[in-house]
Amino acid sequence: MYRKGLDLIRLSKEKGWPIWKIAVETEIIDNDTTEEEIFSKMQEVVKVMENSSKASVEKKNITLGGIIGGEANKLNQRLKEGETLCGDTINKAMIRAFSTSEYNASMGKICAAPTAGASGIIPAALLTVKEKYELDDITLERGLLTASAVGKIISTNATVAGAEGGCQAECGSAAAMASAAIVEMLGGTPEMSLNASAIALKNIMGLICDPVAGLVESPCSKRNSSGVVNAMTSAELALAGIESVIPFDEVVEAMKKVGDDMHSDFKETARGGIAGTPTGIKFKEKIKNI
Amino acid sequence: MKDVKSIFDVIGPIMIGPSSSHTAGAARLGKIARYAAHRDIKKVTVYLHGSFAETAEGHGTKKAIAAGLLGMEPYDERLRNSLELIKKNNIEVEFIKKDLQVSHPNTAKIIIERKDGSKINLLGSSLGGGAVMVSNINGFDVEINGEYYTIITKHTDVKGTISDVTTLLAKENINIANMKVIRDRNKKQASMIIETDQVVEEEVINKIKAMQNMIDVVIIRPIKENEDV
Repeated sequence: MYRKGLDLIRLSKEKGWPIWKIAVETEIIDNDTTEEEIFSKMQEVVKVMENSSKASVEKKNITLGGIIGGEANKLNQRLKEGETLCGDTINKAMIRAFSTSEYNASMGKICAAPTAGASGIIPAALLTVKEKYELDDITLERGLLTASAVGKIISTNATVAGAEGGCQAECGSAAAMASAAIVEMLGGTPEMSLNASAIALKNIMGLICDPVAGLVESPCSKRNSSGVVNAMTSAELALAGIESVIPFDEVVEAMKKVGDDMHSDFKETARGGIAGTPTGIKFKEKIKNI
Repeated sequence: MKDVKSIFDVIGPIMIGPSSSHTAGAARLGKIARYAAHRDIKKVTVYLHGSFAETAEGHGTKKAIAAGLLGMEPYDERLRNSLELIKKNNIEVEFIKKDLQVSHPNTAKIIIERKDGSKINLLGSSLGGGAVMVSNINGFDVEINGEYYTIITKHTDVKGTISDVTTLLAKENINIANMKVIRDRNKKQASMIIETDQVVEEEVINKIKAMQNMIDVVIIRPIKENEDV
């Protein structure tokens, strides 16, 4: 039913549906399923996301590579002590993003959204917004559906894989998906949602995927933390009525071209960027010897 | 760029971290190998190629493949302890880094020895996002992604064999989703790869096995099915 952002806008006008509803109706047609089944699956997703977002807050999980760990816990300590530059909301979101990333790197159960490497962003964004505005469960589930519709469009017209498009495709897509969801959860229109997505994608267009030692640890976890902030600020702009100068579909197309032109050293091969620094190479040698 | 069928391919899969390609995909390859061996596994040798070889430890790739060999899904929490579990199941498993001379970086060659000593030889790649493709089983070029029931035959290349099999499937009310026929003129052998929409029961396979010109039949169940491990 939809392949592009423009299709979402058209359908929302024709049918009077929000984006989440378009996602549901399309899923029913494409996969021979029911609305109940979709929501029940989404409830499973929520359970996994809620757990992973708090799994590394009170305790540090030991990651496979041992490169990262303890970030969520440290940030949480600082917040508990009443010290925060960025405020409660941003801090809580970053804590949740770090928590899922650390849990993922330590073989915890997560939900890829859209990938495992970027799996901290969407839960952190949506759960923090749900908490701050005291929203109900169904609003959260609908938010995830909104996010999935945006992710599907990016995946269809570009890519969400770091190996194909760099980190812009992973953390960028996750932030774009989350920002559209936040906007809709807070009462924004489909146009506003897509403006938020376009802004989030533009903010980190060109970002390479340069995992140290090839592992999903550094810089991934910190990019999940900055990714959720990107999602929230982009949503804030869109909710204020600020528009993306370049429409969403064109931004997705541009992101794809940037990914295609990106040198393979910067696409998950752990050769370029910070993976290729002297310290990055030291980690690689150390981990090879495990 | 790919067509995404379900939103749960975007928000999902639910999986044990850290990597959809190196962990979830690896588990699925292990599971396809398990089914290719008809769940009869005594000893396994796994050759890891490219990025699978380079970053196996840091991605839990070995644990994931072992979990799949035991029948686990990528979201099974026991995946973390699968190397111990596989030993407890008296399955010998060995991992070897090797350049397999293939283009895809995340590739594994899995050789399974069954209890009767017969071997299953499988080559598969993890394509990203948890999706996998098995490209060769026992020397036959295939394209198996684990979505369908897949019947692979090896038979003497004589007329009527194909129609015998398809007629039987039709009689059993099994619809063919995809089908491919390959033949080796030198050996006078041919092979059918049949993907079906319906469950293919053991007795149907036995009927195919019993056909006159049949040399071997392998059935691979879809991996998304849950299984008691």
